[in-house]
Amino acid sequence: MKIVVCIKQVPDTKGGVKFNPDGTLDRGAMLTIMNPDDKAGLEAALRLKDQYGAEVTVITMGLPKAEDVLREAIAMGADKGVLVTDRVLGGADTWATSQTLAGAIRNLEYDLIITGRQAIDGDTAQVGPQLSEHLNIPVISYAQDIKIDENTGTVTVQRQYDDRYHILKTQMPCLITALAELNEPRYMTPGGIFDACKAEITVWGRDKLNGVDDSNLGLKGSPTQIAKASDKVRKGAGEKVNLDPAASVDYIIGKLKEKHVL
Amino acid sequence: MNGVTNIEEYKGVFVFAQQVDNVVSGIALELIGKGKSLAADLNTEVTAVLAGSGIKDQADRLAAYGADKVILIDDPELKEYRTEPYTHALASVIEKYKPEIFLVGATAIGRDLAPRVCARVHTGLTADCTQLDIGDFPINPIPGREQKHNQLLMTRPAFGGNTIATIACPDYRPQMATVRPGVMQKLPKNEGAKANIEEFNPGFTPNHNYVEITEVVKSVADVVDIMDAKILVSGGRGVGGPENFYMLDDLARAIGGTVSCSRAVVDAGWKPKDMQVGQTGKTVRPNLYIAVGISGAIQHLAGMEESDIIIAINKDETAPIFEVADYGIVGDYKKILPALTEKMAAEIAAKEK
Repeated sequence: MKIVVCIKQVPDTKGGVKFNPDGTLDRGAMLTIMNPDDKAGLEAALRLKDQYGAEVTVITMGLPKAEDVLREAIAMGADKGVLVTDRVLGGADTWATSQTLAGAIRNLEYDLIITGRQAIDGDTAQVGPQLSEHLNIPVISYAQDIKIDENTGTVTVQRQYDDRYHILKTQMPCLITALAELNEPRYMTPGGIFDACKAEITVWGRDKLNGVDDSNLGLKGSPTQIAKASDKVRKGAGEKVNLDPAASVDYIIGKLKEKHVL
Repeated sequence: MNGVTNIEEYKGVFVFAQQVDNVVSGIALELIGKGKSLAADLNTEVTAVLAGSGIKDQADRLAAYGADKVILIDDPELKEYRTEPYTHALASVIEKYKPEIFLVGATAIGRDLAPRVCARVHTGLTADCTQLDIGDFPINPIPGREQKHNQLLMTRPAFGGNTIATIACPDYRPQMATVRPGVMQKLPKNEGAKANIEEFNPGFTPNHNYVEITEVVKSVADVVDIMDAKILVSGGRGVGGPENFYMLDDLARAIGGTVSCSRAVVDAGWKPKDMQVGQTGKTVRPNLYIAVGISGAIQHLAGMEESDIIIAINKDETAPIFEVADYGIVGDYKKILPALTEKMAAEIAAKEK
């Protein structure tokens, strides 16, 4: 079985968020990490590899330094890494990103493609379903549990909705999007880190993308355009008190009366 | 030149009328409400796209909340939500009716469906919008560049709620957005309204993209949706364990509120996912939000900071939740909550006399 996992290098907004004195985001002070949902997707792929045997290829689109997340993935147990990087791919929205990934993945053999549900920088959850459409394969998003039947070539996935889950079954090849809640990703192993250091990362530019028109790539190929972006201004802290429990209760009730909630 | 060449042929505001178990979801009514104001700016109408199996009786409800027209796609293949037949339904509607705007709820269904639809019809999609306006793009004129009027300007948070961006889709149609539930307002109900229904069936032939649903398991959930609650008592990791939530339940019961929680609580398995507030949970805007033992990760704040009044109780005086709280109480909730419940109940009882 061949599994392709799409991963993204993102700024660490989770836990490590740093603010400037005016309450805006201090991007310079933030580290980059492998996107958490993608890491869960990679872990899911590695578990399938442990269970059934599989070749796991990780692919990312980004700046040359995104090679770091590919090496991290190899250190966790992935077999191969592909970096898609080219100046003309810059400024891509989700349409152009999914076109780019589709163009790269057409060069690879796959039974299963796994993406994270969404990246913590954009939070769109769009690239996975869009990629599946470009490759004309079924998509199952928000996967909670993944089982393979090698004899029939089918995959069975538990898919979460607000108040229910569906058990869905489909023929491979297909695309699954994974949630960070899916599993607890493994750590890199010393042997894996050794492998990762000497692993050769495949680097593809625009000329290696298969079946994609220039008009669908980069900023120019992006249907959506940014009209305005700004750091969010929060409403700011109100009062804060440190009182004994009884006084705290009186304080809350006093405030709720003042605001006519009580 | 990229984009569609016949842009002026695209007219009208369409909304996806999501239904679950053949009952139209609240988000559909919210989208109609917002769609009406966008349509007024564009001097056009709002059409609700209702897809399912045996769902015709829901059309009048859409009309009662403002839909000028309902396109009904009724087919057995649409009984339970599945990506492919619903994508086919919406993409076929777009192809035939050419709407200039298409809105979908940013629900677990909408966030799966909308990207596949936009990929099929080749247009842009903006996720999780919290504000929609009609305006110019570019917003301010730029010499040597055409400023297009009557564009949909879609505003959304990014970077975990740390930044906001306004997005346009000037050269492709329809302009598509998913809209976060609980943000837009539905219109007052117009009792007795009759829907102007147009039936449409593009034909559904199962292919390799149709997945098979082998089982549907509904969780026995709290009956009150936290998005509808006027008062929320919300617990975080600091509550200490599922066995301590009774104190939050007691307070909620005393003041007519509902209990919700943070992601940490869901991840720990203490409470089900549908009680989760935040970026990956639900966006809530109650009149009163009482945060108990919630540290206030940015993703949580993004889901609740629009609440009218926020009270935070936390032992850690440096917890970020205090940055958005109107009233912050540094202290041990276990000592505060029971007494607060008792006193609040007494106050309410006294008032009712």
